[in-house]
Amino acid sequence: MPHYAGAVPLLTEPTLPLDRVTDVVSTDASLRRFLHGLPGVDQVGAEARAAMLSTRSIKTAAKQFAIDLAISIIDLTTLEGQDTPGKVRTLCAKAQRPDPSDASVPAVAAVCVYPDLVAVAKAATGPSGVKVASVATAFPSGRASRAVKLADTADAVAAGADEIDMVIDRGAFLVGRYRAVLEDIVAVKQACGTARLKVILEVGELATYDNVRRASWLAMLAGADFIKTSTGKVQPAATLPVTQVMLEAVRDFRAATGRMVGVKPAGGIRTAKDAIRHLVLVNETAGEEWLDPRWFRIGASTLLNDLLMQRQRMTTGRYAGPDYFTVD
Amino acid sequence: MKFEYAPAPESRAIVDIKSSYGLFVGGEFVDPVDGHRFKTVNPATEEVLAEVSAAGPRDVDAAVQAARGAYTRTWQRMRGAERAKYLYRIARIMQERARELAVLESIDNGKPIRESRDVDVPLAAAHFFYYAGWADKLGYALSGREPRPLGVAGQVIPWNFPLLMLAWKVAPALAAGNTVVLKPAETTPLSALLFAEICQQADLPPGVVNIITGAGDTGRALVEHDGVDKVAFTGSTEVGKQIARSVAGSGKKVTLELGGKAANVVFDDAPIDQAVEGIVDGIFFNQGHVCCAGSRLLVQESVAEDVLSRLKYRLTTLRVGDPLDKNTDVGAINSAAQLERIRELSAVGEAEGAQRWSPPCELPERGYWFPPTVFTGVSQAHRIAREEIFGPVLSVLTFRTPAEAVDKANNSPYGLSAGVWTDKGSRILWMAQRLRAGVVWANTFNRFDPGSPFGGYQESGYGREGGRHGLEAYLQ
Repeated sequence: MPHYAGAVPLLTEPTLPLDRVTDVVSTDASLRRFLHGLPGVDQVGAEARAAMLSTRSIKTAAKQFAIDLAISIIDLTTLEGQDTPGKVRTLCAKAQRPDPSDASVPAVAAVCVYPDLVAVAKAATGPSGVKVASVATAFPSGRASRAVKLADTADAVAAGADEIDMVIDRGAFLVGRYRAVLEDIVAVKQACGTARLKVILEVGELATYDNVRRASWLAMLAGADFIKTSTGKVQPAATLPVTQVMLEAVRDFRAATGRMVGVKPAGGIRTAKDAIRHLVLVNETAGEEWLDPRWFRIGASTLLNDLLMQRQRMTTGRYAGPDYFTVD
Repeated sequence: MKFEYAPAPESRAIVDIKSSYGLFVGGEFVDPVDGHRFKTVNPATEEVLAEVSAAGPRDVDAAVQAARGAYTRTWQRMRGAERAKYLYRIARIMQERARELAVLESIDNGKPIRESRDVDVPLAAAHFFYYAGWADKLGYALSGREPRPLGVAGQVIPWNFPLLMLAWKVAPALAAGNTVVLKPAETTPLSALLFAEICQQADLPPGVVNIITGAGDTGRALVEHDGVDKVAFTGSTEVGKQIARSVAGSGKKVTLELGGKAANVVFDDAPIDQAVEGIVDGIFFNQGHVCCAGSRLLVQESVAEDVLSRLKYRLTTLRVGDPLDKNTDVGAINSAAQLERIRELSAVGEAEGAQRWSPPCELPERGYWFPPTVFTGVSQAHRIAREEIFGPVLSVLTFRTPAEAVDKANNSPYGLSAGVWTDKGSRILWMAQRLRAGVVWANTFNRFDPGSPFGGYQESGYGREGGRHGLEAYLQ
């Protein structure tokens, strides 16, 4: 197995055509050789680069653009034991019309709920174009048999989910049973049918950037449409350096295979400033093609109101109090 | 979607540039006696910023006399803890006036505000804090002797890091009990003159710091002055050699920090994305106006193609333009003369058969600008692999084995710095033992800290600045 991610010319012809992916993933040994042959990530350097990019000063027209883009790529999320149909309907209303006083505010990309509430969300979003995403596969721990994970997925898909957010088996990943992780993803992908599959790496449990890079490639080789940082239930979740490592992975994967995969940081992005820093990261790491709800999402709940507040301040010149934005 | 960053200029309002400046001698700004006036310009726009005095021989003499007087009457006799008090005070004022210093530095030098704000000014203040801490502990700095100051230090600094080089020179000299006469470069005198105001604000005894502006003649008069006990110079190897000749036999102590042609060595097991960042930091930081710049990239042949394609991809995101825009990565070339030299050596590179590449970028019409440039297919014999270009121009060479990397890296009359990129710790140590360079960075580049000594081998100079070693140059 060549050290191939290190031999991939960016922006040139694919060196890992999709039919060769089959060779890479055929055995545990070949998969391990491949993942361990990926270039390492130097923690200090990666964090320094992310910190530098977070000093970008996004003002005036650029800020307006970034705020609207950020709103349009949110997966507006509620994942609580106390969720009810009422709560989900409120969320769906907000997703379609984030600011009741201003029709020029774009809708968010999707709402994200537990499988048993997909039908409610689907009915509430209707033909608005807002997608319904559902977590599945024994979210958030993923500690269940494959049969249970597949049933969980099938349930959400049958209820009409447009997107499935699955979790990987971090236990298997950390002991090096990469093929088990891969087979899970392949099976869930199949159960998704036409629904797009987001694969949650739960980076807070993977601990190192090397692991984040390997898990990203593993998920992409298995057929993920999106790679996602976190469940939101484990800290740390979406940090700038983690998102950067994943953006490098999708950039390199596209250069190697020709296939484009999306990225979704989730958990811990609460302010407009955080969101804009992520957009800068996308712009300068993977490139502008990823600045699209189809290829980049932010999983969040409280972020939306801060974006709305900043947006209103840009048009009126002053901040309105929190009572002028809806609670969900 | 296209994400264009709107202009984000740092305000110039915080800076008050006078129309004309005198010399800072004996704690006051005075008009030159036998000097003349010259103009300093903003290299990004060619706008004249101010008129500055060029000190003549009698002005230099007055400054050295002022420093001598302050040395014998005040500074040498002062307890270390008292000297420290002044240094701490200067450091704090530099922090308080950081934005002013950063904006002024960017206007006069052409470097991006992000660098002057995040690197130059904080590091300059850090040097004063660091050496303030040593001022009352000099007995512990050098083992086995009771240290004494040298007297008057004549210091000549370059235009690439005007304020930071000032700090590297002035802070250890004062901490050790010397007084100084400092000459900033003729194209970048303004931050040193603002520093003179800071000395006044800190109530530093008159004559402890004297700042005389001017060009080569002023510098020569200073280093050759009989009243100077110590010469410290940072600048070109050519001038460094002249200084070494002129002070030979005079009994003056000398430290020289000169040119470089550093090798940045990337092995096939390197963390590639961070290595690419390190290559960019190594040569495009401060427009490549860095003596320790990683101007020779040595990349292992097995990954050369990949590293180059990633590097080129990365360079397309570099933002070249207005130094005061907070999103600018690469600013203006400091002077017309330097721009000419960069153009000339780049033309030589092409004529010698190396392949020249630059990312698409629009350069402003006025001012001195040069695009980030990469030469591939460079061999050891090419002039662009041997001579210091001192601009945003990278020469890329390849190697096959670690031993070959060492041979090629060391095959230079310079020896200031080097970089090693590999995931293997043992190889970093193996390389560091063999590289003839004053600084070897491992998986990083162009990182500076006041506690870490800096200096060169061979034609990169002698003596060390920074750390405990930096005190040695100012003590006997």
